[in-house]
Amino acid sequence: MLAKRIIPCLDVKDGMTVKGTNFVNLRTAGDPVELGKAYSENGADELCFLDITASFEGRKTFTDMVSRVAAEINIPFTVGGGIQEIHDVERLLSAGADKVSINSAAIYNPSLIDEIAMHFGSQVIVCAIDARNDADGWHCYTKGGRQRQELGLFDWAHEAQERGAGEILFTSMDHDGVKLGFANEALAQLADHLSIPIIASGGAGKMTHFREAFTQGHADAALAASVFHFGEIGIPELKQYLKDENISIRI
Amino acid sequence: MEVAIVKYNAGNIYSVVNALKRLGITPTLTDDAELLAKADRVLFPGQGEASTAMAYLKDHQLDKVICNLKQPVLGICIGQQLMCQHSEEGNTDCLGIFPLKVKRFVPEHHCDKVPQMGWNSIHDLKTPLFTSVCEGDFIYNVHSFYVPHNSEFTIATCDYIRPYSAALNKDNFYATQFHPEKSGSVGEQILRNFLEL
Repeated sequence: MLAKRIIPCLDVKDGMTVKGTNFVNLRTAGDPVELGKAYSENGADELCFLDITASFEGRKTFTDMVSRVAAEINIPFTVGGGIQEIHDVERLLSAGADKVSINSAAIYNPSLIDEIAMHFGSQVIVCAIDARNDADGWHCYTKGGRQRQELGLFDWAHEAQERGAGEILFTSMDHDGVKLGFANEALAQLADHLSIPIIASGGAGKMTHFREAFTQGHADAALAASVFHFGEIGIPELKQYLKDENISIRI
Repeated sequence: MEVAIVKYNAGNIYSVVNALKRLGITPTLTDDAELLAKADRVLFPGQGEASTAMAYLKDHQLDKVICNLKQPVLGICIGQQLMCQHSEEGNTDCLGIFPLKVKRFVPEHHCDKVPQMGWNSIHDLKTPLFTSVCEGDFIYNVHSFYVPHNSEFTIATCDYIRPYSAALNKDNFYATQFHPEKSGSVGEQILRNFLEL
């Protein structure tokens, strides 16, 4: 049986991992390659490296770091942040990334998804969506959560799938960093209406939150950062807990 | 040991190169018939679309070269599919090393997402390719097409929507649908086993 995936996300700035609460107040938390390797050895199913400053400062993700990760780590990993065009994708895949996560650029230029799918296949495209449940419903945000778009979460996720995205990485900005659980209702709505895997992101604080993302949110994978980086939840303990809760998991 | 990787138009080969380097092997990436023929081991990895990949192999006469290899050969993912007789992807006639047909996953329930992406367990393990690998160990998959179970050639099974061939063997030809190069320590063991066949 296909296992639910646990994905530590390493937000990278200036070559170091950081994690913010509600996208501000960044705290430093270590070397991404060493951390990634430790997670892989501890049972992480996949890794995600996001160059969090790239999309609004226009910086490119650190290709050298991607090469180091690819050389040292034997599980799949996704790289994102600041991908604007097909050449960025080519550069990152050539450096050894398995998948690329595109966020703002896909909203500004949706045909980028079609273009990447045509050149490299859908399996390399993770469409990352930052969204917030505003008074008038779930809306997409760009530029690291700074700019609201009129585009609705569900419409955009569906369009991304139709254009060839391989997975949706949905971050609820309301839940991110608050550690009170994932946005399970919105997740379930995405998972039940789309035919591609959904990665839950934003809100992990306890082990039960991961269980709920799978049982209530119907997510295929759950991503978290600070609870792993600061040792609040250990991946081996988390996976054993989920297995004991009868969730299909790789131990 | 000389290990060659078939160079053609279906990436991603970087992860295979890196995985071999972690085992102390620096592989040669080549489409040269002579270099492929004289290597101790040949890997035929890839991700991509079957008809485009097959057209490239034929254009570069690599189809005959691959079929005539005598040393242990390991196809990975699209490599395995191309080693079969025919693929539903692009209605493509493939290399025919395994007399098997490659089919597209058809979802039966809403939770059956295609492609299969992620870790799944392998069972009914046969041949030394799986030495020291346990029944139920997990391996990493990304694919929309599969080879049905076959009593003669299947050397590992996996279950996604239906049971299918996670690995195949015929004479010196081995193939895995999954990605050993991305399957953690289990995948590393399988690659090590291949080098020791």
